[in-house]
Amino acid sequence: MELDRIKIILEKYFEATATEAEEQELRDYFLSDGVSPELEMYKPMFGYFSQAGKERSAREVPLETKRKSFSYRWISIAAVLTLMFGLYFGKHVRDQREAEYAYQETRKAFGLIAQNLDRGTEKVAFLGEFEQTKQKILNQN
Amino acid sequence: MTQSEFLEIVLPFKDKLYRLAKRLLVSSEEAEDATQEVLMKLWSGKKKILGYSNVEAFAMTMTRNFCLDRLKSRQAGNLKLVHSNFSDGGSTLQQQVEARDSLDWVSRIMNELPEQQRMVLQLKDVEAYDYSEIEKLMDMKPTAVRVTLSRARKAVREKLLEKHRYGIG
Repeated sequence: MELDRIKIILEKYFEATATEAEEQELRDYFLSDGVSPELEMYKPMFGYFSQAGKERSAREVPLETKRKSFSYRWISIAAVLTLMFGLYFGKHVRDQREAEYAYQETRKAFGLIAQNLDRGTEKVAFLGEFEQTKQKILNQN
Repeated sequence: MTQSEFLEIVLPFKDKLYRLAKRLLVSSEEAEDATQEVLMKLWSGKKKILGYSNVEAFAMTMTRNFCLDRLKSRQAGNLKLVHSNFSDGGSTLQQQVEARDSLDWVSRIMNELPEQQRMVLQLKDVEAYDYSEIEKLMDMKPTAVRVTLSRARKAVREKLLEKHRYGIG
């Protein structure tokens, strides 16, 4: 009676048409001690399925290593930023120095012009003398 | 998401990933590598994890795809596999030794099945997933899942009958 029922379910099991409850019944039957000798050959099958479900992975999940590459990313970002700031401010300082040099040069040039201008006015003073003499002569006439 | 929160989500099904990987790749070492790879991928995409309704199913699908890729590249790059064609008759001693343990025998039968059948059988009979979950995981139609499962179970039965008749073990 019980055996016939099991055989029917077993047939449905192989056709993959048994319900979840029937499959559970089958599992319970074959994992119990009272398996009929007629069905003994199916025992290892269900025995193996239940045993295979107990196997465990022995390795730990190494998540820490992920962190390392994470900080590498930040370090590289920081490095690029520093480099860019460096270039920017370096250019700034260089520009300032260049401007100062140009200023000094310009001042020197202006100084030269002023010197020559002074010398020019000195010479122009003689022209005044000439004018005076000319007036004297004109007055005498 | 912190590391412990991640582990809390992942650890309940980590062994299932490992068992599926081992079913496909057979070697425990490779299965551990595959499991680790899948978990690392999940961890690096952890912000998206909360968006998935079923992280376990997602991880199982990832494992399945990862292992199938592995098998494909192994077949493409490793000619040693061809060798198994003619080593059939020679390893009777090893076969006998393995046959002594009837559970090992079933494991061997199962690992000789085509990958698709192996996976469906693993998910249904070892991990006790229900049909709708398997359909999603395997990306198969409901009837296709049942047909594949039926074929796999019958193939195991066939081999068990053979063994029963010859009375090995």
